[in-house]
Amino acid sequence: MNNSQGSSLKAQVSSLNSQAILSVSGRGLPVRGNDIDTDRIMPARFLVSVSFEGLERHVFEDDRAADPMHPFNDPRYTGASILIVNANFGCGSSREHAPQGIARAGFRAVIGESFSEIFQGNAAVIGLPCFVADHDAVTQLQTLVERTPEVNITADVASGAITAGSLRFDASLPSALRDAFVSGQWNPTAMLLDRFEEVRAVAGRLPYIRGF
Amino acid sequence: MADTLFHKVWNAHAVRRLPSGQTQLFVGLHLIHEVTTPQAFDMLRQHGWRVAFPERTFATLDHIVPTTPQKRPFLDLMAEEMTASLERNCRDAGIPLWMLDADNQGIVHVIGPELGLTQPGMTIACGDSHTSTHGALGAIAFGIGTSQVRDVLASQCLALDPLKVRRIEVNGRLNPGVYAKDVILTIIRRLGVQGGVGFAYEYGGTTLDAMTIDERLTICNMSIEGGARVGYVNPDETTFAYLRGRPFAPAGDAFERAVHWWRQMASDPGARYDDRVTFDAAGIEPTVTWGINPGQSVGVSEPIAGDPADEAFAFMGFTPGRRVTGTKIDVAFIGSCTNGRLSDLEEAARLVRGHHVARHVTALVVPGSQAISRAAEARGLDEVFRQAGFEWRGAGCSMCLGMNPDRLEGRQVCASSSNRNFKGRQGSPTGRTLLMSPAMVAAAAIAGEVVDVRTVLEAVPA
Repeated sequence: MNNSQGSSLKAQVSSLNSQAILSVSGRGLPVRGNDIDTDRIMPARFLVSVSFEGLERHVFEDDRAADPMHPFNDPRYTGASILIVNANFGCGSSREHAPQGIARAGFRAVIGESFSEIFQGNAAVIGLPCFVADHDAVTQLQTLVERTPEVNITADVASGAITAGSLRFDASLPSALRDAFVSGQWNPTAMLLDRFEEVRAVAGRLPYIRGF
Repeated sequence: MADTLFHKVWNAHAVRRLPSGQTQLFVGLHLIHEVTTPQAFDMLRQHGWRVAFPERTFATLDHIVPTTPQKRPFLDLMAEEMTASLERNCRDAGIPLWMLDADNQGIVHVIGPELGLTQPGMTIACGDSHTSTHGALGAIAFGIGTSQVRDVLASQCLALDPLKVRRIEVNGRLNPGVYAKDVILTIIRRLGVQGGVGFAYEYGGTTLDAMTIDERLTICNMSIEGGARVGYVNPDETTFAYLRGRPFAPAGDAFERAVHWWRQMASDPGARYDDRVTFDAAGIEPTVTWGINPGQSVGVSEPIAGDPADEAFAFMGFTPGRRVTGTKIDVAFIGSCTNGRLSDLEEAARLVRGHHVARHVTALVVPGSQAISRAAEARGLDEVFRQAGFEWRGAGCSMCLGMNPDRLEGRQVCASSSNRNFKGRQGSPTGRTLLMSPAMVAAAAIAGEVVDVRTVLEAVPA
């Protein structure tokens, strides 16, 4: 075990507190379809890199090449900051490159019917809330944005209220993630290092760490 | 009180409840590889943090490695940079790293169990979704993203919400020609690719009880394809026998004490589950995916069913009502963390011995680790495959995800023993993947098209 994390830890931790994310507003971009996997969001060849830089250029690259009508090719959605998706978005690979690419492309929130756990967690850790709403509400929002791409959408983190023009519905975030966004503690490293002596204590009680 | 292995392991590793409401969970074993870690080490350096538990961290090179003989530096300059980055990061932090010149190198989810690093009652994390594989030995193993890799490196902990537990029971004997791969494809087909979200899958029943660890690894590996981040089998005599004598397993008296603890960690009779599902082994037949997610599969004797408007039909070139048998293939791939273990290669070799790959098919065998490669070569399997027209390659992830030079081209159809049939998964944006057992891949390679392995097995000596 490395004890040198040591004395500067508290200072490090306090500098790590991230910004509270209370609400997100902006224009939407609807991507329809269930079970859209992270290989489609970010094909594996773009993972051959030691940084996340430039990933914004490759979001849905193969889907966009295959379909000129793909919403990410549609200039009407330029400048959108809220992605609107259907069920099980982000399934498959745990590659953080997928939410990194989406966030780096200017998106500040995702609204969908459901998400894979790993994707939702990866997105949360980089400050990208994934709101969950029912099928009817999400498809209504997608249809609204397809008809009027300039409509402004607001997603309130604490209440889960989504508003867009005259459309209003309730969405949700897992309560721990919601509270983390509201309190600005969505980047957990600081909390995990906060009481490192308790980590050592748990490790010291585990038979396999003690060599049985 | 009767409890599940999941809850016992969770409680033994819970450090505290975080202000966010999540649980801070200690990670007993952190496995790392070249793809999802360079950025995590960079973040650590930015904050001046050190790796908290380097002795609980192990590294290998698997995703981007070429499987044909190549000297460093690799021809792919980015792959070389990732490799050099992993070497530097591991050296600086004091983390053991198994490179191509090391006997222990291989796919991270193959070497963990093989070396005895993976043990019952542990929490395990790795920046790869197939980390669920390690549950086959009774560990609780989480696939994580790169920022979480940073968290584990810095604190040896994760911030997580607890999962519900679904007991999936498979009972009875599997018919000849039906393998663990068919069982998990059938489970995912019934429960859906999203069915496991929010759950850990506990696999049990007489079919699982009778399975080898290799077979259980195949089952747990694909839990994530059913949406379940975690899958496990309770440790039993099969588990203990598998672990005894492995390099990182406890030895001597410590092994006996370990077995005592491992038994205690298994789910108790009468434990409560959030959900239960049962399957009849006799009803499972060789299964092949026809679509673009692992839930879109069909038994070889059934017609493909589904909404004709589903994009999977147009992409794959299938139509509802057709059978998957008779589908011409271009490539056959035997390997991956799902089915790249010795028993997989042995079964495939049994089928191809004395036959030859169809003229239009490119076929490759990629062992899951160097240890498997050596064991297979000691049994002469490499020669069996070569004589049958297969390429015998070095260990790595290879064509499961095409991050190395092994990729499909254009609209090629690949019979694959891997885990994902997503669009573009095998390196060509328009390439098509048919997931199936290694035996089915071997049979398809010989026939040049998808065939029911049971019809071939009848003519094969046991």
